[in-house]
Amino acid sequence: MLLEKFKINTLGFFLAIGYWLLAINSIAQASVPSPGKEQSEPVLLIGATAHIGNGKVIENAAISFEKGKITKVVSAEQITDKSGMKVIDVSGKHIYPGLILPVSTLGLVEIGAVRPTRDFREVGDFKPHVRSLIAYNTDSKVIPTVRSNGILLAQIVPQGGTIPGTSSIVEFDAWNWEDAAYKADDAVLLNWPAVTVNKGWWGEPQDDEQNDQYTQQVNKIVAYFEEAQAYSQTSHKEKNLRFEAMKGLFDKSKKLNIQANQSRAISDAVNTMSRFDIDVVITGGRDSWMVTDILKQKEVPVIYIQPHNLPKLKEDDIDLPYKTPALLQKAGVKYCIGMSGSWDQRNLPFNAGTAAAYGLSKEEALSAITLNTAEILGIDKTVGSLEVGKDATIIISKGDVLDMRTSIIEQAFVRGRVVDLDDKQKALYRKFSEKYASEGN
Amino acid sequence: MKKALIALLFIATFFQPFAQTTFPVNGTHDQREGKYAFINSTIYKDYQTKLENATLIINDGKVEAIGQNLNIPKGTIIKDLKGKFIYPSFIELDSDYGISPKKQNRSKGRHAQQQISKIDGAYNWNEAITPEFNAHNEFTVNDGAAKKLRTIGFGAVLAHRKDGIARGTGVVATLSNKNEHEVVVKEIASSHLSFNKGTSPQAYPGSLMGAIALIKQTQYDADWYAKTHEETNLSLEAWNNNKKLPQIFETRDRLEVLRADKLGDELGVQYVFKTNGDDYQRVEAIKSTNGKLIIPIDFPKAYDVHDPYDAMSVDLSQLKHWEMAPANPAILEKNGIDFAITAKNMSSKDFLGNLRKANLCGLSRLQALKSLTKIPADIAGVSDQLGSLEKGKIANFFVSTLDIFEPEALIAENWVNGEQYVITEKADADLRGTYDLLVDSRKYKFVIGGGLEKPKFNIMLEDSSKIKVDAKIMSNLITLNYKESKKDTLQTRLSGTIGESKLEGKGQAVDGSWISWNAVKVSDEFDEKKKKNKDKEPNYGEVTYPFLPYGWTSKPEAQTVLFKNATVWTNEEDGILESTDVLIKNGKISKVGKGLSAEGGITVDATGKHITCGIIDEHSHIAISRGVNECTQAVTAEVSIGDVINSEDINIYRQLSGGVVASQLLHGSCNPVGGRSGIIKLRWGFTPEEMKIKDADGFIKFALGENVKRSNFGDHAVERFPQTRMGVEQVYMDAFTRAREYEQEWTSYNKMSKKDKAKKGAPRRDLELEVLLEIINSKRFVSCHSYVQSEINMLMKIAEQFDFRINTFTHILEGYKVADKMKAHGVAGSTFSDWWAYKYEVIDAIPYNGAIMHEQGVLTGFNSDDAEMGRRLNQEAAKAVKYGGVSEEEAWKFVTLNPAKMLHLDDHMGSIKVGKDADIVLWSDHPLSIYAKAEQTYIDGMKLFDRAEDLEKRKQIQEERNRIVQKMLLAIENGEPTQKPKKKKEKLYHCDDGEDEICGTCE
Repeated sequence: MLLEKFKINTLGFFLAIGYWLLAINSIAQASVPSPGKEQSEPVLLIGATAHIGNGKVIENAAISFEKGKITKVVSAEQITDKSGMKVIDVSGKHIYPGLILPVSTLGLVEIGAVRPTRDFREVGDFKPHVRSLIAYNTDSKVIPTVRSNGILLAQIVPQGGTIPGTSSIVEFDAWNWEDAAYKADDAVLLNWPAVTVNKGWWGEPQDDEQNDQYTQQVNKIVAYFEEAQAYSQTSHKEKNLRFEAMKGLFDKSKKLNIQANQSRAISDAVNTMSRFDIDVVITGGRDSWMVTDILKQKEVPVIYIQPHNLPKLKEDDIDLPYKTPALLQKAGVKYCIGMSGSWDQRNLPFNAGTAAAYGLSKEEALSAITLNTAEILGIDKTVGSLEVGKDATIIISKGDVLDMRTSIIEQAFVRGRVVDLDDKQKALYRKFSEKYASEGN
Repeated sequence: MKKALIALLFIATFFQPFAQTTFPVNGTHDQREGKYAFINSTIYKDYQTKLENATLIINDGKVEAIGQNLNIPKGTIIKDLKGKFIYPSFIELDSDYGISPKKQNRSKGRHAQQQISKIDGAYNWNEAITPEFNAHNEFTVNDGAAKKLRTIGFGAVLAHRKDGIARGTGVVATLSNKNEHEVVVKEIASSHLSFNKGTSPQAYPGSLMGAIALIKQTQYDADWYAKTHEETNLSLEAWNNNKKLPQIFETRDRLEVLRADKLGDELGVQYVFKTNGDDYQRVEAIKSTNGKLIIPIDFPKAYDVHDPYDAMSVDLSQLKHWEMAPANPAILEKNGIDFAITAKNMSSKDFLGNLRKANLCGLSRLQALKSLTKIPADIAGVSDQLGSLEKGKIANFFVSTLDIFEPEALIAENWVNGEQYVITEKADADLRGTYDLLVDSRKYKFVIGGGLEKPKFNIMLEDSSKIKVDAKIMSNLITLNYKESKKDTLQTRLSGTIGESKLEGKGQAVDGSWISWNAVKVSDEFDEKKKKNKDKEPNYGEVTYPFLPYGWTSKPEAQTVLFKNATVWTNEEDGILESTDVLIKNGKISKVGKGLSAEGGITVDATGKHITCGIIDEHSHIAISRGVNECTQAVTAEVSIGDVINSEDINIYRQLSGGVVASQLLHGSCNPVGGRSGIIKLRWGFTPEEMKIKDADGFIKFALGENVKRSNFGDHAVERFPQTRMGVEQVYMDAFTRAREYEQEWTSYNKMSKKDKAKKGAPRRDLELEVLLEIINSKRFVSCHSYVQSEINMLMKIAEQFDFRINTFTHILEGYKVADKMKAHGVAGSTFSDWWAYKYEVIDAIPYNGAIMHEQGVLTGFNSDDAEMGRRLNQEAAKAVKYGGVSEEEAWKFVTLNPAKMLHLDDHMGSIKVGKDADIVLWSDHPLSIYAKAEQTYIDGMKLFDRAEDLEKRKQIQEERNRIVQKMLLAIENGEPTQKPKKKKEKLYHCDDGEDEICGTCE
């Protein structure tokens, strides 16, 4: 009976299999589109509102780029000769520098709940030699969905322990991690001890209490850095790979990203580490608005994570996390905006948008996810704003990129290469839209 | 060793004053009559009758007579208590005195869930239900513990075992150190309950709502048992027997009092509530329970707020509670609530001090005495024997040196069962005053000052400097040591006796020669700085509703408001109206149009602004107490989030600031059939019951996928059925099949003649099956947590098989794959805008899900499942425009009208239509824009959020904080003990939180 049915349906069956294979294939391809080809001809984007990233806006702008570098950023009226350029009319649209995501585990984790796909936490406490770059998975299906919202560069960080490892900055358009590396090994990470701790876990928090280990933990960190500093001053027959990885801090080829959220932890971290001549960045920075004096005095910037958050205390201003970027801006602290999580970091522009609703100007909010970020990560010479000589790492949005109501990224370029903005989710959208269309629904 | 033991026995029998009549006596009888007369004292016969210069006569442990000018029979020992006070001893109701704790069976760490009881015998299936435990069976006199209570004036206790949900009965006993036979006053006095599982190692219940359901079901089981006796069940037998007793319910906070009372109303029981002393924070609601209270006076210690950053760990509500807790008894008294006072859980050192503090805060002395004598005696049903001093009652009383409320009053003696226990040996000698000290031939001014208990001794020199004198007092002997001057190294040593206003004796001078000395009191004054006058009633801040920052000091009321010239998103056929007025009145939308009059109300200029109906969150877990999941069984339809709504959650206010007006508080996703929902309007400041939407249809949470098959819960979570999606289907089949059979059982019972009914007895009421039956009979509606298409499809098929429909799939991240099937089934989809990739079953989730479902005609909404995102649902709605191009008007309905329809609330909510509830939001900007802020949020015409007022409140919060911090610092300076700053733990629930919240041993 079964066999008979099978025979009758054989043809249909194979047709179905064929269709299915095709569909799977198209999804698989679209999941992680191929990186763009090197820019072969000069391109001129004309007619859009250009948001430079440094606060300036040019209405009806003309932006040209060649061999991956921006060659002109002017008003469209100033362009008379368009010859030899591929002209793209982007009238009515908005151009921005590619958005930059600091502090991310994208590419190090695919599905949080599935252990084999988690690659961001190495064993041990002090492990500066552990490098995120080589585990960065360019074929992650999550990354294209983040890129679709305009994020073109990210700082990929390991997590866990006092020194989780060393981060790298990558471009979201690459065949492999070597291609992706924009700035390899840009920063050593340090998790500063908390002054008050909660010994429960997130599902069952205990009361917050004083961290009685605090002094000890800080002393341990200081001792480690003293030793690393001494190590960096001479050569060694027997190499210590951990201290080798720390060397870059003392010649300032690497930055030190200190994760700290509590006001006292931030000021103590800044103060304590200022005895070493190294570039310090605070990440997290929940209470950074309370300690702006010392941040300014020591010229320490903040990667603020994140506006879309609940206030810590019941009596806190209800919009405190929303307005923290504006408080930092007003105080004159250098800062940029980041997010926790991975897949959800595609909402980075909207975190900046909320900060704009609560005190920042829109252009300031844009800087907080472009130029400021580039400066803090140390890549502002080549990216972060639409300026001549910088990389043609550019996005074009239908409307205001900070507002989800209008933020639809239509085109993107990474160093002049055209980015395929497709992703797995769009492919599934097409697949099922087609199903319903074909069924006449 | 043996000898020592014999000696000990001998001593024990020898000193036992009243030999037990049924007991043999070793040696010679030593029977004593115990006749005493206490004369010349001020006697409180009861809490309100004070007799000056009166006499109390006791005989053989009982009161013989009390009054003025009594004849004292011969053979009575007379005790002159001139100037002293006699009070009936206090009665402690919240005690486990003499009851040893239950042995703990719980193993530590994560382990497989224990499903049924492991106790031998015909007892209840759940180990937390032990009504059969009678405290008197195990009651053992414990003089160490008794002493602690006696020192603070207690003479009797109601003791029970403080373990479990149904804890069994309590015993009343005195605190005398005789054997059990004599001290037990009433063997079975009370029945005790709580919402805490205690040491029961069983998984169920793992949440507060589970504990509530368990109590209800036990009552149903007991009712059935009483009529049918189809089995032998000693626990249910005991439950029924205990019904006639006073029922005392231990609660953790004010809201639990309300919950226990609601439970009691359903079961026809009026509980007495043991509270935690925060009753003043919801005093009106507490009063309306009509229950008597047992309140503690263990007022919080001051927090160490010296470091301003540390101080931030202390919430304003903690600061305010420190200030107001001592006023709790006074506030209860003012509100006419009957309450007893307990000393449980506090150091006996603090008890009398705190009682006096409560008195200073307005608690009348009369009420305080009543709460420690008459009321507890009444509650425990022993007022015929205890609580006042009348002929025939037990001679339980204590002697105080002063009125017990005076700061320096000391309890000198506590008499229990007519037996004396001396509390303060030195109580007789208040030596303080100024003396002329004559040592040999030298004269000094000698001052005894300081506190009564620890007086200070000083010799005052002429240059007004002083020399400290070391003193030791033993009974009526006194020793004094001092140096002539501060520079001296040699000491004069005096020893003498204490007489009336005079000390005298001999001593040795510095050279070793013997000398005489005396000190004669010349005045009662002592020059020590008197303690600051604390007699005026302390002032404290206002109670806010809820007792949190941003709470109200007065209840909000519905206003008449005209919004002028707004862009109005009607969600009706009219669409989006430009330059339009909206009038709200009497809690309803009264008019929508142009050129409207304010009709005597307030006018709000809304030019350039937008008016919408409020946002409705179909999937929220805010405002829930002690457990979002009853995670212990696959089917828990018997539990309800509606029973555990937490009106005191700051996130309610935060949601209002995002324009949210209503939320479905869903059970978590731990089990295929979870608990019922609480559907509330975010009526900030109101009680849980007031927040519920009246007459709303009932909903219940179902769940599918990884959470219910326990995929991400670790390797120990492999025992509960189901572990696969295959098993999930069978859980539903089984549940609904059982529900149908249950229905048939009742139908055939209901058809029986009266005679047969009486003969057969009614079937057992089963809460769980009743709810399941409601579902198949379309009287309760399902919101089902779901991800992948196979399971979505499966559940629709099950429902169709049982002839009902699933109301809503929530999360429904693969809804786009089966949107046509959903449409055909008639189910709605309430999804996340853009969540994915956090676990395996969401790898195919897409942000276009909402758009496709909507396009295919499925009623579609976006929900939060998250307290933070809940306040930005307008932004989430905008993502339907971004991903999939839904029109703005339709996208807005994703968070308003559509969830209203899903929750069957659209007849009065979800759009701007005349006659609907005035749940209105005034937006600063286009509501889908990220730049839009809710400026004002109204519910039923009450303005519950106003951004301008919010700024004012922030200032007030800072001022209030600072005021109390400064007061606290001053209190610390004046010697108040401190505690480390601690931020109270706070929980933000998500679907898959399934930790045990009510066990006594897991913290």
